Amino acid sequence: MADKLLVSRLNFHYGDNHVLHDVSLAIPPNQVTALIGPSGCGKSTFLRTLNRMHETVRNARADGQLLLDGEDMLAMDVVSLRRRVGMVFQKSNPFPKSIFDNVAYGPRVNGWMKRHSLAESVERSLRRAALWEEVKDQLHQSAYALSGGQQQRLCIARALAVDPEVLLLDEPCSALDPIATAKIEELIFTLKDACTLVIVTHNMQQAARVAEHTGFFLLGKLIEFDRTEVIFKRPARKETEDYITGRFG
Amino acid sequence: MSRRRFVNALMFGITGLCALLTVSVLFFILGYLLWYGGRSLSWSFLTQLPKPPGEAGGGMANAIVGTGKLLLLTTLIGVPVGFVAGVYLSEFGSGSFPAVVRYTADLLNGVPSIVVGIFAYALVVVPMRHFSALAGAVALSLMVIPITMRTTEQFLRAVPQSLREAALALGASKWQTVATVVIPAGFRGILTGTILGVARVAGETAPLLFTSFGNQYWSSGFNQPTASLPVMIFTFAVSPYDDWHRQAWAAGLVLLALMLTANVAARLVLSPKVAQNG
Repeated sequence: MADKLLVSRLNFHYGDNHVLHDVSLAIPPNQVTALIGPSGCGKSTFLRTLNRMHETVRNARADGQLLLDGEDMLAMDVVSLRRRVGMVFQKSNPFPKSIFDNVAYGPRVNGWMKRHSLAESVERSLRRAALWEEVKDQLHQSAYALSGGQQQRLCIARALAVDPEVLLLDEPCSALDPIATAKIEELIFTLKDACTLVIVTHNMQQAARVAEHTGFFLLGKLIEFDRTEVIFKRPARKETEDYITGRFG
Repeated sequence: MSRRRFVNALMFGITGLCALLTVSVLFFILGYLLWYGGRSLSWSFLTQLPKPPGEAGGGMANAIVGTGKLLLLTTLIGVPVGFVAGVYLSEFGSGSFPAVVRYTADLLNGVPSIVVGIFAYALVVVPMRHFSALAGAVALSLMVIPITMRTTEQFLRAVPQSLREAALALGASKWQTVATVVIPAGFRGILTGTILGVARVAGETAPLLFTSFGNQYWSSGFNQPTASLPVMIFTFAVSPYDDWHRQAWAAGLVLLALMLTANVAARLVLSPKVAQNG
């Protein structure tokens, strides 16, 4: 099975601050890969380089090799890269528009859809995000009227509407209650059929529940990367064991 | 009573008094205008041309329409330039150029309005060889541009970065992000600031004295000397005739009413009740 994403010797700098050190990692297709580690360990920064969102920050620099299906991501046109690699953020960030217009945003800016197929695409994306039944009668109301968990699923639906090959999730449940979190985790499970998921999480149980592979970051380095059960049951490195058993500090 | 408590009470009194004074100035002006101007304000004041001194009646319809024309043209010239420049400052500028633009705009904002008037005179009136509404609008535009620019920049900066990231992550280009997410999100604020900016220059007199000049009659189009409320107030107030003085008070009342209306409209645009739909 060819790797969907292949990262080798990635170094990341914010100005003079060396944030990621020689990170190398292969992410398999149609699986969930979780990235865990303490705050400030670089896992979110790593995630953001995977669709080059770091370029919105001044003085941010990524060096190394990043391959998407064997193509050099750093040389790719950034707009077409982001169409293929979508992202869901820590804090849900729906646009101040209607539910429909939120989901239709991606297809519209990409100039794909005629009006009727746009409606189909919105419905399909909302169904994939398990939100359709809850919002089908209020598609033209403001997205801000939804609850926090619904807003986050709306953001997932919005990302799905451009049919990304890879979906990056940056602590998508950190602001949600357990019920909303369970819904999103269920959703992540169903999405694997059509895309590759990479999730950053603070919640180790979540990583254990949803991910096939887990990587542990510490102080800007990828300490260990393996099958999730190996990471949680028989970690090879002492740092990993200390962190997952709560002896970190 | 201890000295400490006395000083405390004294300072509380002084600060409160100054605050009260500030508020009362507006009500004092309003009351004064209502008292003197209200009596001369009538339907004919709003619909008729000025009459020569000594004749009863007459109005300032041409000045009201003239001010409207000047503000319309100012909005068409100045607001787009200031708006687009503000978008540049907030979204596209990098390096030291934006800082230079910002500083220059603040300086331009501080240029005395009479100087702006002279400049517009040299720029438009001299080459055209006559006063015109266009020249007046150019002068007012020069004052509106920096206001609109800074307002636009300010409200666009207030749009959360997370919305920009959401759009970029969906494959929107920088310009698509700005045009379809950032500007709509900041639009109400920008509109409010723009209304207030235009309302502020509506009362400017100095830049109009030698650009749009004045006119006792109707002017057609934008190419003739044009009456405006501020200049009309000035002309009538310095005249030796009592009935002209009363007309000037009434014109002042109309001008103030226009500006208060604009202010209230601007606040309504921003109010959360309206903001919910959209």
